[in-house]
Amino acid sequence: MVKAIAKKKSNTIKLNFDTSWSYAPAPESKSAATINKQYDLFINGEWQKPLSKKYFDTINPATEEKLSEVAEAGVADVDKAVKAARNAYDKVWKKMPAKERAKYIFRIARIMQEKARELAVIETLDGGKPIKESRDFDVPTAANHLFYYAGWADKLEYAFPNRRTESLGVAGQITPWNFPLLMAAWKIAPALATGNTVVLKPAETTSLTTLKLAEIIQEADLPPGVVNIITGAGETGAAIVNHADINKIAFTGSTHVGKIIQRAIAGTNKKATLELGGKAANIIFEDAPIDQAVEGVVNAIFFNQGHVCCAGSRLYVQESVAKEVIRKLRDRMQSLIVGDPMDKNTDIGAINSKEQLHIIQKYIAIGKKEGAEMYESSCALPSKGFWCRPTIFSNVAQSNRIAQEEIFGPVLSILTFRTDDEVIEKANNSPYGLSAGVWTDKGSKIFNMTKRMRAGVVWANTFNKFDPTSPFGGYKESGFGREGGLHGLLPYLNLIN
Amino acid sequence: MEKAIKKSSLKVSENGLEKPTAAGKPVSTKRLEVMKTYKIYIGGQFPRTESGRYYIPTNAAGKKLANVCLSSRKDFRDAVVAARGAVSGWSGRAAFNRSQILYRMAEMLEGRKAQFIDELIQQDATKAKAEKEVNLSIDRLIYYAGWCDKFQQLFSSVNPVASSHFNFSVPEPTGVVSIIAPQGDLPAGRQGSLLGLVSVIAPVIAGGNTCVVLASETKPLCAVTFAEVLNSSDLPGGVVNILTGKPSELASWFVDHMDVNATIYCEKDSTVQKMIREKSALNLKRISLYDKINWYSEEGQSPYFIMDTQEIKTTWHPVENIAGAGGGY
Amino acid sequence: MVSGSLTMLSDLPDRQAGFSLSPRIDQVGVEERASRFTKRSIKKESKLNGLKLVLNMIDLTTLEGKDTAGKVKQLCYKAMHPHDSYPGLPTVAAICVYPSMVKVAKKALGDSGIKIASVATAFPGGQAPKDVKIRDTKYAVHEGADEVDMVISRGKFHAGEYNFVFDEIAAIKEACGEARLKVILETGELGTFDKVRRASDIAMHAGADFIKTSTGKIAPAATMPVTLVMLEAIRDFYYKTGRMIGMKPAGGISKSKLALHYLVMVKEVLGEDWLNNHWFRFGASSLANDVLMQIMKEKTGVYQSANYFSVD
Repeated sequence: MVKAIAKKKSNTIKLNFDTSWSYAPAPESKSAATINKQYDLFINGEWQKPLSKKYFDTINPATEEKLSEVAEAGVADVDKAVKAARNAYDKVWKKMPAKERAKYIFRIARIMQEKARELAVIETLDGGKPIKESRDFDVPTAANHLFYYAGWADKLEYAFPNRRTESLGVAGQITPWNFPLLMAAWKIAPALATGNTVVLKPAETTSLTTLKLAEIIQEADLPPGVVNIITGAGETGAAIVNHADINKIAFTGSTHVGKIIQRAIAGTNKKATLELGGKAANIIFEDAPIDQAVEGVVNAIFFNQGHVCCAGSRLYVQESVAKEVIRKLRDRMQSLIVGDPMDKNTDIGAINSKEQLHIIQKYIAIGKKEGAEMYESSCALPSKGFWCRPTIFSNVAQSNRIAQEEIFGPVLSILTFRTDDEVIEKANNSPYGLSAGVWTDKGSKIFNMTKRMRAGVVWANTFNKFDPTSPFGGYKESGFGREGGLHGLLPYLNLIN
Repeated sequence: MEKAIKKSSLKVSENGLEKPTAAGKPVSTKRLEVMKTYKIYIGGQFPRTESGRYYIPTNAAGKKLANVCLSSRKDFRDAVVAARGAVSGWSGRAAFNRSQILYRMAEMLEGRKAQFIDELIQQDATKAKAEKEVNLSIDRLIYYAGWCDKFQQLFSSVNPVASSHFNFSVPEPTGVVSIIAPQGDLPAGRQGSLLGLVSVIAPVIAGGNTCVVLASETKPLCAVTFAEVLNSSDLPGGVVNILTGKPSELASWFVDHMDVNATIYCEKDSTVQKMIREKSALNLKRISLYDKINWYSEEGQSPYFIMDTQEIKTTWHPVENIAGAGGGY
Repeated sequence: MVSGSLTMLSDLPDRQAGFSLSPRIDQVGVEERASRFTKRSIKKESKLNGLKLVLNMIDLTTLEGKDTAGKVKQLCYKAMHPHDSYPGLPTVAAICVYPSMVKVAKKALGDSGIKIASVATAFPGGQAPKDVKIRDTKYAVHEGADEVDMVISRGKFHAGEYNFVFDEIAAIKEACGEARLKVILETGELGTFDKVRRASDIAMHAGADFIKTSTGKIAPAATMPVTLVMLEAIRDFYYKTGRMIGMKPAGGISKSKLALHYLVMVKEVLGEDWLNNHWFRFGASSLANDVLMQIMKEKTGVYQSANYFSVD
């Protein structure tokens, strides 16, 4: 009997991940979080009713239940916020000694750490991302970012050789829905450290943690008007971009909107940082540490449901190991748990919105039509909410749309290659240039590849790593300007002789 | 054989060759000057504009300077092809080698100083001003020759990330840069058609980019002669491409070409500035507006100009940690 | 898949023969992956079922110079009756002793179904001539061992004499007869994950039924990352040959929580077929009591004291 199962025929060689021992539900408690029924606009240090008198619902994408309603800032509200920011800039923030400015930012970072659990729960409820990720990545990384930039405030004279610096004034900042709190921290931290004041608008589907951040800012006693948080959709964003008294626009979002912004600010003196889309190439050579590479691929494309601008969505595998890599990837996908984002065991949560789910489904249909071979994991999906199984397409051609366009979901396109030159050419064959990955055990090849890939962030033998000290931002149509690290200061400063 | 003997019998006079007269006495004739054809510079070649068009800039006294190529959109396209083709070779060179080539450019410019001074004088400069401009231009090349292998050290960083990774950020050239060079006339004394040209080209190529440059419309002579300097300076063809013509015609092509990564504009024309920023959205070109720079002053040179056409690339790699963290593996 | 059909080194294609082409391992990536298993939250019935499974996978071990028949008998009783105040608990998988204690254990365990594993081959150093190792092995099997835990020659391995290591394992496998062979790599002496992977490949190709991390005499013993590297080697070998190989992390696993993390790892790397004591074991001495304490806590809802669980 033992011998019979010890050796199987090759056609039955298959691992069975449908195991008799399974994980019981392990939901995180919602009691850690307080969500108000309604949120107003945070302007000049106070919660103010919108002049527009309008509110919109924000829902939990995992249940489609309403969580709260959020004010919709109109043009007059934006104007009010910008005036508050200007006033705070002129009268308080610009004049404050830099070391005191630093201490406010440190204080905000600390309170965020104290409220980490609450922030994580709300981030997951509002955005659909797994609690594991909001708890272990989004919230701590956001606090760390503020902590990092706080320390820069009184050290700017060391950052730019032979130059003095001056702040720009009022920064208008627009953040995306994929990492709401983290992106707010990425925007606010360098802006405040360099002496600017802020009007920030979170994405309309995920406003809540940014509004919680407003409460933290209030608790930190930051002078009124230094950070103003207003909520709304595209029109609110446009009102910020077009406001005449804004000196700087920082935007993270789609390349499409980024281009609209770039056109809108033509003819003004507004400085801009645009952090836009991507279609990152992730390259596996035959001499790579294959199992770690497969894990890297999983992290590259399935992290945060693939709602990541730098996701490794184009996988290039050297032909000699393609079969092995795809087999390992399929096995690995079987152990990914899709479902309730609040469950601590969930690996892939809900798709952020119905609209985004439709976009992803559209691309999956395109992939099938283009003749690529589709494989999705076999997990069950909840009946309510927006869900997408982890999906890979193999036998993809460079000319396929699923290999060229950003899908922004858990959908991977796999292509094969033979030589270094071929793969570099294919990897760079994209209008985007945000990130790239390469897997090989050969040092000299790593340096050749990382140098030749036209992307702002290159991960070698790893993927989707972030750190406050590490500059992030794109080449080509992935935008310009850097966020993070020393290089993240310049977009908020003028250099003077 | 017969011809050779005849030739050798000719005598040379101050003004040129003497011609025997019927009476056998020599008659002095004034030598006809050879006029220079000012062509454009694309991919290391000196073609005429494909359009066959020309224009005649004049100096303040109304003297015609030359028949200058009125470059077309298609010339620009050809120049971008040449510039794109040169990117990998030029950016792949050792920074030290780029430094040597920029220094060589300065040497060649020094050697042809008189010609440049002469051209500047033709274009209304006083002798003193012309000399100053050429000297500054040579020195500017040397200044940037020195930066080629240093600015990276200044603007790179090793980033102390919290995880077990080695992480560093370095500048890299953005690619092909289109440049509408300073016109050299407005405001007086702040630009200089040669100095402005050199001041915008040098930092772009010092950083490993290639470029297509539109020379001053009204004072184009030095730009074409400068192309000849480039051509004899070991600078690979295609790294710098110089067109002559009208910004009013060409500016919009300079900024809407999808294979151009960055655009530099040096004039104050707010309509053009707005157009440039609008069109840059097509492929998100990096835009630099140098309309307030006095190229004669210290502010006309700095490594920050190089950084305007650089991208920052950040690279991560795991660091094995065998002895640490209690691990024995 | 016993002695008769053993693959000898000379039969292998070049890639396996050299073993220098074993896949490379990135240490940081392995550590990251391993730590991800520890993020699984195991609660309620999942925890209880997991704990019972862990108990059933334990090779209850005593490998001391001061071992006596009395000690071994007590251990055997514990193996059969882990905690009689909780009826219906599974037994452990095996007890693991020195060859000289096999006969004692055999008698004590009777027909309980609990296996007897014996270390052999000049355990733990392995510094003995081949014929001594073979005799050691044959003795253990003759005394009644169902399983033999051998050590590889780490010195030869480090010297690059992979053929020697391979042939030795093959010879011991032959000496085992019907007994299952666990090959201890002593990963704490191998130095890198690359070498752990290479040693795993050699052992599996040479005929191991199980690969095992450690003797328990060298620190570090089993860790999750090193076990992960070995599980991945087993998976690759399975896909390549169709042969299942068992895994036994040993030493350093004394807490239930950690043991459950290992179970998670087995579940997610190899799946259902390996989630039983025929293919996965824990080599441990004090793990059993912690598991029992946790089982009782789950049953009673009250945190337990060690004083209520027999120390053997």
